[in-house]
Amino acid sequence: MRSRLFSIIRKEFIQILRDPRTLVLIILMPIMQLFLLGYAATTDVKNISMGVWDQSQSTQSRSLLDAFRVANYFSIDYAISSADEYTALIESGKIRAVLVIPPDYDVRLLEGKAQVSLILDGSDATVGGTALSVAKLIGQSYATKVLTEQAALTGRPSSFTPPLDVRTQVWYNPDLIAAYFNVPGVIGMILYFITALLTASAIVRERERGTIEQLIVTPIRSWELVVGKILPYAILAFIDTLEILVIGHWWFKVPVRGDLGLVFALSGLFVISSLGIGLFASTIANTQQEAFITVMVTMLPTIFLSGFFFPIAAMPKFLQYVSAIIPLRYYLVIIRSLLLKGVGAAALQNEIIALTIFAVVIMGAAALRFKKRLD
Amino acid sequence: MMDNFVQASNLKKYFGKTHAVDGVNLLIPPGEIYGLVGADGAGKTTTMRLLVGALLPDMGEISICGYNVRKQTEQARSTIGYLSQRFSMYEDLTVLENIRFFAEVRGLSPTEWLPRSMEILEFVGLGKFKDRRAGQLSGGMKQKLGLASALVTRPRLLLLDEPTTGVDPVTRQDFWQLVIKLVGVREGDGVSVIISTPYMDEASRCHRVGFMKNGKIIAEDTPSALRSLLNGRVLELRGSPLNLLRHVAHEDVDVEDVQAFGDRLHIRVRDDQAQRVIRRLQTEIASAGGHVDELRVVPPALEDVFIALSEDKAQPVISL
Repeated sequence: MRSRLFSIIRKEFIQILRDPRTLVLIILMPIMQLFLLGYAATTDVKNISMGVWDQSQSTQSRSLLDAFRVANYFSIDYAISSADEYTALIESGKIRAVLVIPPDYDVRLLEGKAQVSLILDGSDATVGGTALSVAKLIGQSYATKVLTEQAALTGRPSSFTPPLDVRTQVWYNPDLIAAYFNVPGVIGMILYFITALLTASAIVRERERGTIEQLIVTPIRSWELVVGKILPYAILAFIDTLEILVIGHWWFKVPVRGDLGLVFALSGLFVISSLGIGLFASTIANTQQEAFITVMVTMLPTIFLSGFFFPIAAMPKFLQYVSAIIPLRYYLVIIRSLLLKGVGAAALQNEIIALTIFAVVIMGAAALRFKKRLD
Repeated sequence: MMDNFVQASNLKKYFGKTHAVDGVNLLIPPGEIYGLVGADGAGKTTTMRLLVGALLPDMGEISICGYNVRKQTEQARSTIGYLSQRFSMYEDLTVLENIRFFAEVRGLSPTEWLPRSMEILEFVGLGKFKDRRAGQLSGGMKQKLGLASALVTRPRLLLLDEPTTGVDPVTRQDFWQLVIKLVGVREGDGVSVIISTPYMDEASRCHRVGFMKNGKIIAEDTPSALRSLLNGRVLELRGSPLNLLRHVAHEDVDVEDVQAFGDRLHIRVRDDQAQRVIRRLQTEIASAGGHVDELRVVPPALEDVFIALSEDKAQPVISL
């Protein structure tokens, strides 16, 4: 019945409004996290996925690519043949860098005037920044090597200008500002925290304080209880999203390039999966403290394996597999791409599918475990 | 003839190896106040929880007002008002908000709930406190709020699980007056009440009492019939010094139990031995240097029966 559901929701809101600690947590936590992480530390990177548009297809160009491969910072995953192709690859997040080698590279290299261009996805400021300097270094050391080889061949010192110049250009976040990367991440963290932790403890609280015993004898159905308890927190999570977006946009100047409707729709999808985790935790825990610990157990892998701080590509293979079952991982890709790259849903379809599967599985498992009984 | 409001047969509920409820049968006709008594852990609360469907029985069937609790859970519940042993209202909501919440989720319409809630709050005497947070009520008022919330949808069966435990005597008295008034309102097709209590004075107010032990109802009858189980077997002894009287009484072969009640002793004796014990005790006490003021057969109290039934002996103290 709709009126029963409405009664539960209203009751829950009254309780939230009368609990100043929770309220402060909900309103202030996003701001705190935002300012903490808006100025976050840098991290080391490797295995940045890269595409190569080798228009030269010469011995010289292959030798340059070898230099990139050996350095271990880049992994050359795609051979590209058009600008549209690499744009699409960057938008979908499959690659974070493109090396474009012009057709006349081999000729120009002999003349000592070769140029290649490196395009970087700067939406992840830490990765982008490191990649930028690494790429320059690889280029310079390779250029020096070419110089020495030429000198050895011809027996005379070559010109003093390096024969190769790597021209870099950073997309989406040209100044590589960390906040651009971290603010969308905070949205993900807060959504996860609010929905999973608060719903778990809100449901467990009924059991802990004994009120569940009175609820059981009412005609409230299990799903009404679940929806009625979690919907208020879902609404609060959206208010938080808005709060972070507003502060992020006006204070940290984070761009919002994508469609706002899509931002909220896909955030909703992520919220469902976090609610599922909270609900599941509530079926395991008997006290609010147990619920808190249960959610915290999922919290650490979520923070460290989702790509929130450390790029997934730099993790050992095993942890990369583990990260595949962490919903925040997909949401971070989604929210960062939406805000910074302004892509559409098509570019994010893999993440959307992964999140949908996760949401269905965790909600299903939680619903199966959730019983409106005492034993 | 009206069907029984509660019909439960061979109820069993196990928690691991503990047989919390082990073959309980209950038949409660309309308009009856039924008392469930027994020591802590006897299975009273589990029985209550089985009746409201908060726990599923491992065996047995329950029907409440004609609805099978297992299959027609919601219909059965709609006829029940339940007051759990633990306070189960929201402490951060006001009295009226609590009543409103439980009234609404139990199907009272937006126009119905307010007059009905006010009526019921006046009935239990909480009208003045309707805007007070439930957490700030005294123990007795909390129980009245629980009762009000259980009554708001006019249940036909009221299950009260130790409603007066930890409540002062005056409020207990109030509470009982409410229950009695409630049953009396609609005689015949009226309300039935199952109340569990550790207090014998409350048990004696019930129409019938079921005595639970180890998950079973081992005795069930009207209070007076239960008392008559020990007719002629309870002696009251007054005298001094009390310690000596007690010691002497314990030594007697036909004395089963001695309990101190203030300045008196209640002595339970074997069947048909009362007069012999009285004669023996008088001489024994005198020769031991004690003094007897009064020693006579008294009508047994429910408490005496309760204690006799509670004893774990190979031979039952009372033959039922």
